[in-house]
Amino acid sequence: MASRSRFPWHILVFILPGFIIYTLFSAWPLLDTMFLSLFKQASSGERVFSGLANYQELLSDPHLSEGFWNALWNNFKFFLVHVLVQNPIGLLLAALLSLKGLHGAKTYRTLIFIPTLLSVVVIGFTWQLILSPLWGITPNFLKSIGLGTWFQPWLGQEHTALLTLALISVWQFVGVPMMLIYASLIAIPDELIDAARVDGASAMRIFWQIKLPLIVPTLGLVTILTFIGNFNAFDLIYAVKGVLAGPNFSTDILGSYFYRTFFGAQSSLGSPTMGATVATVMFLIILMGVMIYFYVVQRRIHRYQL
Amino acid sequence: MILAKAKQPFNVIAVHIVLLTYTFIALFPVFIILVNAFKSRKAIFNSPLALPNADTFSTIGFEKVLSKADFLLLFGNSLLVTVVSLFFIILFGAMLAWALSEYKFTGRTLLGLFMAIGIMIPIRLGTVSILEIVVALNLVNTRTALILVYIAQGLPMAIFILNEYMSQIPKELKEAARCDDVSEYQIFFSIILPLARPAIATVAVFSMIPIWNDLWFPLILAPGESTRTVTLGIQQFIGQFVTDWNAVLASLTLAVIPILLLYVFFSKQLIRGLTAGAVK
Repeated sequence: MASRSRFPWHILVFILPGFIIYTLFSAWPLLDTMFLSLFKQASSGERVFSGLANYQELLSDPHLSEGFWNALWNNFKFFLVHVLVQNPIGLLLAALLSLKGLHGAKTYRTLIFIPTLLSVVVIGFTWQLILSPLWGITPNFLKSIGLGTWFQPWLGQEHTALLTLALISVWQFVGVPMMLIYASLIAIPDELIDAARVDGASAMRIFWQIKLPLIVPTLGLVTILTFIGNFNAFDLIYAVKGVLAGPNFSTDILGSYFYRTFFGAQSSLGSPTMGATVATVMFLIILMGVMIYFYVVQRRIHRYQL
Repeated sequence: MILAKAKQPFNVIAVHIVLLTYTFIALFPVFIILVNAFKSRKAIFNSPLALPNADTFSTIGFEKVLSKADFLLLFGNSLLVTVVSLFFIILFGAMLAWALSEYKFTGRTLLGLFMAIGIMIPIRLGTVSILEIVVALNLVNTRTALILVYIAQGLPMAIFILNEYMSQIPKELKEAARCDDVSEYQIFFSIILPLARPAIATVAVFSMIPIWNDLWFPLILAPGESTRTVTLGIQQFIGQFVTDWNAVLASLTLAVIPILLLYVFFSKQLIRGLTAGAVK
């Protein structure tokens, strides 16, 4: 009896509510989705175990696989634009904001962060209006700086739509790398910078040779966060281009492809089990990214710091 | 110090030019939407960059939008879902973070790792199964379904932030309370929770934005007329009014303004939270 009363019930009480909701609505669905991907759904609604057949179909069936490889490839391009444009701009802004004695740094960073807070749907429509040939804001602006002939309906053309959407997303989310990099830059001890400055090093040199090597871990973190965000992005494509990710699927990425395989669109019927298969592939891609981050990047950084 | 100030090692003017240019790029689209929402259709097209004046000022867009869509309902739904989710993310998250940081029990590390999966793996990938669970529980088209999913989505980050904070609370505080025979629940609710307020503020601001802005789960779990959130409502509403520029601009403005207002009040917490890693 005495030992029973000593059972730490309070620990259970603290753990259980959150644990149950998280397990039921996050952890279990993830696991169950992988499990579902091993089944095929008959038209009667009955599910039959089919091993890896769904994966085989996804990767090689002419109808399904074409869309999948297209979405995967587009998603890589989408990610690449973020790595090459968003993160360098974020780094530049953070480097400038963290300069010692710069007036107005707080105001700048507060204002630059605003787009990041707005819903992707709002951002998507906003840019659609601004880039619209009907409204004329962009064509007139280009004309005023002598580049009037440059204007094209970027969002509507097959070869420019994806890049344009990626740049819109970059514009919206540049605040995240900016803030994270800024935080790690201001954490660098003043003595290090002061010592270099006394030795006559220029701000440029201090940045490249002292600050940048010290924030490599943050750059790694920013890259993996970008990767995760990009490989389950959906809202922007859906808001601007709808389920069909047009023109001619040129803006289709894994998130929108997942939505279509799951719910169907136009002539094609949706399938929960095929949707689960796509989701599992997305899971594996993200997991791979996270593992590369932890095992390669982290370990190398560790060795570097030693 | 005086010496350093007299001779900045960087070109101050160039730095300000770059930052001002980028600030302009970041704000211009938002500015254009807000300004044109208050203009007549003619003025929107003739002088999109001008501020509204006595001749061009018009609220026709808002009148149309407010008469055709029940914005109050949309806002109400978003507000309810966000606030209730936040409350439980904070309460359950703090309880779990406290258990993980304070008590030694078997499986503690495992539980910590299990809860951390959600930081890296997006909950969206479980959607197929989440929808089946929601159907089985008869919760389709309810705000409860959204709330449950958002709690599950928000907990991992909340636990991560709160755990870090709570493990820094001095031991003496808890031990003194334990000597006075105060129950563990009282320690948590009347000592730990109030102490964790700064971390709770960070969690709140962080969790709020993705919930308010989410399109995916409202679209899939609660697309019904009476349970739609603002983000989904805007998406569907603008789809119908593509050619009515006044209405489109007005609905975008209605969606932007609450977030901007909130940001005016909470930008400090948000930025402090984002830059908190610096203390490490």
